[in-house]
Amino acid sequence: MCGIVGLFLKDRSLEPRLGALLTEMLVTMTDRGPDSAGIAIFGSDADDEGKLTVQSADPARDFAGLAEALGEAVGAAVTLEQKDSHAVLRMPLGALGAARAALGELRPGVRVMSAGDIIEIYKEVGLPKDVAARFEVSKMSGRHGIGHTRMATESAVTTMGAHPFSTGPDQCLVHNGSLSNHNGLRRELKREGMRFETENDTEVAAAYLSHKLDQGLSLGAALEAGLEDLDGFYTFVVGTKDGFGVVRDPIACKPAVMAETDQYVAFGSEYRALVNLPGIETARVWEPEPATVYFWNH
Amino acid sequence: MQTFDLSKSSLRELNATLHAQKASTNQTAWEIANPRGHHAIAVGLDAPIEVTVKGSTGYYCAGMNKQATVVVKGSAGPGVAENMMSGTVIVEGDASQYAGATGNGGLLVIKGNASSRCGISMKGIDIVVFGNIGHMSAFMAQSGNLVVLGDAGDALGDSLYEARLFVRGSVKSLGADCIEKEMRPEHLEILRELIERSGAPARPEEFKRYGSARRLYNFHIDNASAY
Amino acid sequence: MKDEKKAAQIPQTTPRQSWTFSNEMNSEIRRAAATGIYDIRGGGSKRKVPHFDDLLFLGASISRYPLEGYRERCDTKVVLGTRFAKKPIELDIPITIAGMSFGSLSGPAKEALGRGATLAGTSTTTGDGGMTEEERGHSNKLVYQYLPSRYGMNPDDLRRADAIEVVVGQGAKPGGGGMLLGQKISDRVAKMRNLPKGIDQRSACRHPDWTGPDDLEIKILELREITNWEKPIYVKIGGARPYYDTTLAVKAGADVVVLDGMQGGTAATQDVFIEHVGQPTLACLPQAVKALQDLGMHRKVQLIISGGIRSGADVAKALALGADVASVGTAALIALGDNDPHLEDEYRALGTTAGAYDDWHEGKCPAGITTQDPELMARLDPMAAGRRLANYLKVMTLEAQTIARACGKNHVHNLEPEDLCALTIEAAAMAGVPLTGTSWIPGRGGF
Repeated sequence: MCGIVGLFLKDRSLEPRLGALLTEMLVTMTDRGPDSAGIAIFGSDADDEGKLTVQSADPARDFAGLAEALGEAVGAAVTLEQKDSHAVLRMPLGALGAARAALGELRPGVRVMSAGDIIEIYKEVGLPKDVAARFEVSKMSGRHGIGHTRMATESAVTTMGAHPFSTGPDQCLVHNGSLSNHNGLRRELKREGMRFETENDTEVAAAYLSHKLDQGLSLGAALEAGLEDLDGFYTFVVGTKDGFGVVRDPIACKPAVMAETDQYVAFGSEYRALVNLPGIETARVWEPEPATVYFWNH
Repeated sequence: MQTFDLSKSSLRELNATLHAQKASTNQTAWEIANPRGHHAIAVGLDAPIEVTVKGSTGYYCAGMNKQATVVVKGSAGPGVAENMMSGTVIVEGDASQYAGATGNGGLLVIKGNASSRCGISMKGIDIVVFGNIGHMSAFMAQSGNLVVLGDAGDALGDSLYEARLFVRGSVKSLGADCIEKEMRPEHLEILRELIERSGAPARPEEFKRYGSARRLYNFHIDNASAY
Repeated sequence: MKDEKKAAQIPQTTPRQSWTFSNEMNSEIRRAAATGIYDIRGGGSKRKVPHFDDLLFLGASISRYPLEGYRERCDTKVVLGTRFAKKPIELDIPITIAGMSFGSLSGPAKEALGRGATLAGTSTTTGDGGMTEEERGHSNKLVYQYLPSRYGMNPDDLRRADAIEVVVGQGAKPGGGGMLLGQKISDRVAKMRNLPKGIDQRSACRHPDWTGPDDLEIKILELREITNWEKPIYVKIGGARPYYDTTLAVKAGADVVVLDGMQGGTAATQDVFIEHVGQPTLACLPQAVKALQDLGMHRKVQLIISGGIRSGADVAKALALGADVASVGTAALIALGDNDPHLEDEYRALGTTAGAYDDWHEGKCPAGITTQDPELMARLDPMAAGRRLANYLKVMTLEAQTIARACGKNHVHNLEPEDLCALTIEAAAMAGVPLTGTSWIPGRGGF
């Protein structure tokens, strides 16, 4: 149960403002989700660079000397940029897998928020405005981004239980609603080798889509398959390296509003999340149809 | 004309001020600036006043309205004019889900499109939509009239009771127990009157009428798949 | 001849009925095969489930000191809606009347409920059919239910209610909507609900204009704005997932949570729903209390518990486990005269017996309570029935006070789980109190 915001920029001149615009949208959705908040930013692509965004409950201890230790472990240069409880680890793309494995050994308390070429995910327990301020989201630039404010229903209010959920490279998913068959699906996906960090229904949806992508389906096809396999109520916004997608369940009673101009495509759980976007007065505003997959690519 | 700026005063002050207007008031015209998608704007009004909202609203604008005329100069969020009793609500832009839900009376005019579940469980309200309406509109609609100049989405009039549905454009699909019905002179008269009151750019002859087949009114096991 | 004689000498085993295919189950199979419709009935779960009967109070002796009956004060007043409402409701007794609709009940029955509740200093509640003059007029304090169907819903009644109860679920059928069959849709009921007369009316299971706690928060805001933030807003949930649902109701802004366990009644629904969906009241209550405690809102957001409350002992046990008020529905109808043995001949004529009559949807209630038939309705004298209800409510209050005094409490709300023990392991596990004679709470240790 939650608030979702998303912004996909067509006009590259807006990229420096992505974080600022998303932060404002996110804070507007505080009433819908006061428990925790998170944001995924898809920045610009640096050649052959990969990123891990990680989180620790004890950053002072966990992040000290981490870059050096990881660099040694994977035999490549690793840099670390700390932002509050999170840190972005940059390294050659090919070292990501090894670094992730080494991280578990070197710093068992560190959690991976996201991995990929460009994705960074920041999420924490607390009010959206505080979470956004801790990570200075408003200063971030990027090509598209997704934010989420959470009102927890059944699973715990924790950092890992916050959205977005990322279960594949440069992938993330946020959710408003409540799935009704996620336990069975989690069991199946576990048998297929997917790993889960939480008891959250949304993580199952994210892992489901990642699994389908791993099998070679396009994101569009994976979302279509999800319409068959995911039961319950959902509005999903999904981010990938190239863009973002939106899909609602066939009943579609969780809210969703979209706006499009020459400069951007925006998503909000409510219209008021969109009111400060440039040119919103003349934007095309509509609500996504049920059981229909929408996708925008750069 | 009284102006109320929601960026300067609270929603509570706004609604309390509007509720204080009695039938005898001479302050009949109110303008609300900076609605910016706020919820529950101008709800529970019960006086013949005119309220113009200059911008877009969030959930339940003009909810449970009686007597008043509320004009939204923008788009309306979910549940605009929900459970309206009387009066008029006009949305210049689009309306989100549940527009006019459970309304008992009055007139709701949506000049743009209405989203899903427009007129859900309506109980006597008249709704005129100049554009299209979304899926599951008029679900379990009990009475009143829904007039749509554009197209209707999936499952129009599912589990319909006695509400009358008039659609000018196409209907993507009809819901359980909803059928096309003969347009009789009395229906053309209802349409004529609603078109006139709402200022809709249409003629009664252009519409088709849909209503309940009344097959689900009493349970029968052989209809179980339709329940 | 010889063979027959021999056969007669062989002992026969007694014909054995199957536990699985009991006579009752077989009769249901035959009924379903003959009619092609699921069994619909009124009331709550009839199966035996762990209940407050399985708990006992410890009482005071040397380590604790009891209070003198009738002389030393033991308060019963409860204030509901102190969190946000400008006008909280004050009840003289920790017992209230649950929501029951006009339509399922007759006008005189609704009037009697109002009269009885008012005499006893408590509130009564509307149901899925709107507010009637009978009950508003005779109820000093009236809670107006806000239901998915919104039958008869209007802002005037909203403003003249003393509290608003947003109904999300019901213990008899968590996840299900209401049902009122054609026999009871009289002219008056049809008019109030804006439905054709004589149809089988099935109410929606979800609200038409909101889904989930994030939307509920906005709906509550709207209701508060319409009613000037005066009325306490209750949120009623069925005993499905009480920990989460209580948490979310509080997060969405409720002043009061109403929790209805599976023994809670309904006017009419599928028997399969009543008997197979939802949790017993005893199991639900501690989960809701835990949710309130985890939020730091216990006794700040009040908790009303219902579903199989029958006596002052039940009330006292519910309060001890953490409820603020217990609510009665089925028991109130029995006090009015439902299922009374003096009508046995008439119950027999309907193919049932006093105490078992639950075909409330058929509208043939001999007591004139669950009917819209003018002749049957006229049988219920609302004044006398109201008096019986008031007497019953007062007796329950006295019983609860008696227990509270015996435990040394000057207010019934000072009863605690530690004043209880359980007779069965099941009840000990559900209630979170020790098995009698031990300090063992299953799942929590002890000996």
